[in-house]
Amino acid sequence: MNRAELLACPECDLLQSDSAVPRPRKALCPCCGAVLYQRHEQGLERTLALTASALVLFAIANAFPILSLELQGERTEATLAGAVSALWSQNMQPVAALVLFTALVMPLAELVALAWLLIPLRFGQRAPSFGPVFQLLQFAQRWGMVEVFVLGALVSFVKLGHLAHVEAGIALWAFAAMMLVMAAIEANFDPRELWTRVASL
Amino acid sequence: MNSAASLGCLSCATCSLVSRAPAAEGALCSRCGSALHFRRPGSIGRTWALLIAAMALYVPANALPIMLTSSLFGSQDDTIMSGIVFLWQDGSWYLALIVFVASILVPLAKIIGLVVLLVSVQLGTDWRPEQRARLYRLIESVGRWSMLDIFVVALLVTVVQLTALASVRAGPAALFFGAVVVLTMAAAQSFDPRLLWDSVKEPDERHAAA
Repeated sequence: MNRAELLACPECDLLQSDSAVPRPRKALCPCCGAVLYQRHEQGLERTLALTASALVLFAIANAFPILSLELQGERTEATLAGAVSALWSQNMQPVAALVLFTALVMPLAELVALAWLLIPLRFGQRAPSFGPVFQLLQFAQRWGMVEVFVLGALVSFVKLGHLAHVEAGIALWAFAAMMLVMAAIEANFDPRELWTRVASL
Repeated sequence: MNSAASLGCLSCATCSLVSRAPAAEGALCSRCGSALHFRRPGSIGRTWALLIAAMALYVPANALPIMLTSSLFGSQDDTIMSGIVFLWQDGSWYLALIVFVASILVPLAKIIGLVVLLVSVQLGTDWRPEQRARLYRLIESVGRWSMLDIFVVALLVTVVQLTALASVRAGPAALFFGAVVVLTMAAAQSFDPRLLWDSVKEPDERHAAA
């Protein structure tokens, strides 16, 4: 199909034919320099494998405390869910919802959407509601903020360190690892390849 | 410029398939079924609306306290800026710098940057499109980092609220600041960067190859 080889830059709308674009790992728009796509050897398979490991890390990150604090013999711990409920109980429901949404719901949605799209594809099937789930994935990638949350946890860690004895919990490491895995997902995942494969089923 | 729109082609926002005539504005993409648009509909108006709301809330976000601390030694209300000053004086200048960039500089730069982009599109200028495109990309990628302070407050509130000696509560600025982050991110998202190139008219050799 001829038209599948046409490509319009998402940022400047320059129409180009795919064959005119050189094929390094990353193709850049000749007009505005935006990334058009990135192609990797078995990028989708790697994305699926990374998604599975990110899901495991996600479970660990939410099951264990991120930080624990010891002050005058008293010990308190913070989990992500605990942070959300603390804000909620302080009449800060919108802020609680925002934290829940960006640090927990959206990263999970991103991983589940990837699994939803990629697992059936592996068996040569088109996942049900492919289009809407892909749109959810695009939305979740924008609003999931695991890396910002990790930096926030580190800043809190240092801030509290001035007041009391703080310990990094297992979840902090799990979040940090998840951040790296999700960055690797973003680097390996090529939506163009996904759509081409699905369209050819 | 050889834009897809000027040649009557629409690229799908979901799957990026390029559709030719007879596909028109509002038609459905033949590959994924999403509605096709030449440009994001209502982009400029929506971006302005979100941006003006963000500007209005930016004031209380910085003027009101974001964290209320009380202990046996008295209580203290911290705004975003006074928290940064405290970190600086405490010797954690690197943390002060991170929080300053994420909480003060990034939201402000985003608001100013988007205003510049919107005005440039509405004036129809063809002034340095590459730079403006780069500015847009920067705004899109750094915006999320403003959430930093919200996460810090969330965690501090959680670990300290339970101790008997001190309590930390989130202040009203947390609400406004959270809203500023969401509104500026949504504003950047509703802005269509392709508008920056629509008024670039002169033929450009770089496009000849494409």
